[in-house]
Amino acid sequence: MAADTVGGILLAGITLYAVFGGADFGGGLWDLLAGGDRRGQLPRDLIDESITPVWEANHVWLVFDLVIFWTAFPHAFAAVMITLALPLWLAVAGIVLRGAGFAFRKEITRLSWQRAAGATFAFSSLLTPFFMGTVIGAIATGAVPANPGHASLAAWTSPTAVLAGLLFVAACGYLAAVYLVGEAARRGDQRMRTYFTRRAQAATIVAGALSLAALAELHGSNPALYARLTGRALPLVALAAACGLAVLILLAVGRLTGVRVIAALGVAAVVWGWGVAQYPVLLPGTGVTLSNAGAPTDTLVAIVVLFIVAALLIGPAFIVLYALQSRRLLRDYEDES
Amino acid sequence: MVLLAAGRVGGEVVPARAQMATTLGFHIILACLGIALPSIVLLAEFIGLRRQDQTAMRLARRWSQAMGVLVAVGAVTGTVLSFEMGLLWPGLMRQYGAVLGFPFGVEGIFFFLEAIFAGIYLWGWRRLAGWAHWWSGVPIAVSGIFGAMSVIAVNSWMNQPGGFTQQDGRITSVNVWQVYFNHAAVYEMPHMILAAYMVTGFTVAGVYAAGIVRGRRDRYHYTGFALGFVPAAVLTPFQIFVGDTAARAIAQDQPVKFAAMEYVARTSRQVPEWLGGIYVNGRIFAGLKIPVLDSLLVGFGPGTQVTGWDSVPPAQRPPAVWLLHLCFDAMVGLAFLLLLAGLWAAYEWWRRRRLPPQRLFWAAGAVSGVAAIVAMECGWVVTEVGRQPWVVYRLQTTSAAATTNGGVITSLTLVIVLYAILGAATIAVLRMLARRWRRGDTAEISVPYGPPPPLADKPTGRTEL
Repeated sequence: MAADTVGGILLAGITLYAVFGGADFGGGLWDLLAGGDRRGQLPRDLIDESITPVWEANHVWLVFDLVIFWTAFPHAFAAVMITLALPLWLAVAGIVLRGAGFAFRKEITRLSWQRAAGATFAFSSLLTPFFMGTVIGAIATGAVPANPGHASLAAWTSPTAVLAGLLFVAACGYLAAVYLVGEAARRGDQRMRTYFTRRAQAATIVAGALSLAALAELHGSNPALYARLTGRALPLVALAAACGLAVLILLAVGRLTGVRVIAALGVAAVVWGWGVAQYPVLLPGTGVTLSNAGAPTDTLVAIVVLFIVAALLIGPAFIVLYALQSRRLLRDYEDES
Repeated sequence: MVLLAAGRVGGEVVPARAQMATTLGFHIILACLGIALPSIVLLAEFIGLRRQDQTAMRLARRWSQAMGVLVAVGAVTGTVLSFEMGLLWPGLMRQYGAVLGFPFGVEGIFFFLEAIFAGIYLWGWRRLAGWAHWWSGVPIAVSGIFGAMSVIAVNSWMNQPGGFTQQDGRITSVNVWQVYFNHAAVYEMPHMILAAYMVTGFTVAGVYAAGIVRGRRDRYHYTGFALGFVPAAVLTPFQIFVGDTAARAIAQDQPVKFAAMEYVARTSRQVPEWLGGIYVNGRIFAGLKIPVLDSLLVGFGPGTQVTGWDSVPPAQRPPAVWLLHLCFDAMVGLAFLLLLAGLWAAYEWWRRRRLPPQRLFWAAGAVSGVAAIVAMECGWVVTEVGRQPWVVYRLQTTSAAATTNGGVITSLTLVIVLYAILGAATIAVLRMLARRWRRGDTAEISVPYGPPPPLADKPTGRTEL
């Protein structure tokens, strides 16, 4: 019971990281694709302003998820860390370069250095979600053994894992573009609104196509997971698809009310679809489940309590942060009197 | 140095320890700034608001801008450590993740609060009203302290593990509060939090003392110096007291670590204190020996028995006792020099209501930040190398905790290169900011890439309404 609750908490944490952290990474993707200095200036400006005050707070979800993972399910955690060491190292490198590149770019005034810092930020925004996607893909396809001795290259380079990596990148781009459409609309910037609407539509289609490709691939390579995704997880898979279609339609007709929530819901549905598909198994293909992954009940109960306290403290704080951000009260220094 | 310290043990554990030491040694400086810099910025802003002091206000704004860079780099290098807990030490996490995870979870909450309010404080200068803005920074300072407590709870637990039961290698029950407030937490927590404030205060002071040494003797520089120096110097005697208490506790709780720190080869009474000196094959070269002092320090009496490292077999002793001893001496010695600098300033202020005019004082002030950082790093070497060969004291060896994957030497090399670039870039960006401030060039370029466009090019709503 406690183990299931903590499993739900972990999945909720992953969802929040996917939705909020993912949008920040997606911003980096659009920054990368924005073109030269002149052409890319307006979108980069919008991206920069949208990410600046919130990315660090959004990033903490990752740390939070890691901590819950190793505290509640230490055996599964150790197995993942050993088997998937390489993509995890690469994801970490991406995290460091993304954060540092982004922070440095703001303070640098020389154009060539700004370009270097900006390219570092943008390119690593692509790497991190890709490698994280391969990690999740590897776990979902049962490529992580319960007691691994060594890292495995095959585990995360399977077609499914690579497709998962690409899907993560596309999902980040989709979230970010939908979010930026709203931001552009809020400041009455028609040009950027059209600009990101086109990109949001493209990303939605790419993400949808990759999802279908991943499902088709699983049908052949991993019938067990395919059966569960189209079995008990089917409502969530259908919800994700419906959200994607709804976003496409809403963007096409230019109605932006609720479109961000629907886009986020779509991503959440994918995450929970994965969770439901493999419940209660943590590492498919092994006997490691939520309740036998190494933590005693005391620890699990402590995590539940901690999560409640966290929700009470962090929830309101996040609301204040996002409210100030959306009222555009958190902006650059610009002047110094 | 790190590699030498990691010696004796084979396999992946040596590069794994070197990598942990590199990444932790780098991050801990940023962590110190993350813990204490918000308080010092808030102090400056408080004075600025309360006394309408434009100089203090300008310092607060500029420090806050530097803090933006430092918090970002600190956030990502801290994340590296989270991953390394699993990537380098899967054996530790597999066995004890369920025990040491709780303090990390508590830390997570404070990390959240820190990041959320940093987003508000750092970027709210322009649009939030004076005191509202000040208050938005208070949670950052408070959560810095509690976050540090939580991380130190884990480290002190590794030194004094407790609060759980184990059966057949499986953790069966955990008392999270006994884990959090373990035996060593009582002294490690205040020791590190004070260290963070000293590192930050002296580093800030050092920046402005360096300017003063170069002849920039203006109110701006003196204010900047004082805002860092005064809190750090005031806390120094408390730190020495806490450190002294900690050393005595370690003599009881982790006698082998203490023996290495103080060159106590054999358990005995009337143990001398060695100042400096290099221990080679049972002999100590170039050290100053003070008879009986170690026994006096440990138990306030010459007859106090001090446990030597002969109390455990050689395999259970830390490597490179000379390194431990010299690091310990360096930490204590630097703390006393910093205390002296504080006393000097206090004396001048008491007698003449001014800061010491002597060049020596300002030269000392200029290096005080580096001195505090070196002392803090030395302290970490003492506590970490001194616990070896254990990762969890007397329960799990570091080699049992290390990853079974090969290739750590590769990741170590890449990490060293990456962190060298990161460190250099961080310092370069901060120096660039400082140059820009000195030139009085206040035009911030908020648009990434290239020259700011004329206002007409900006989308409507971008400009101030």
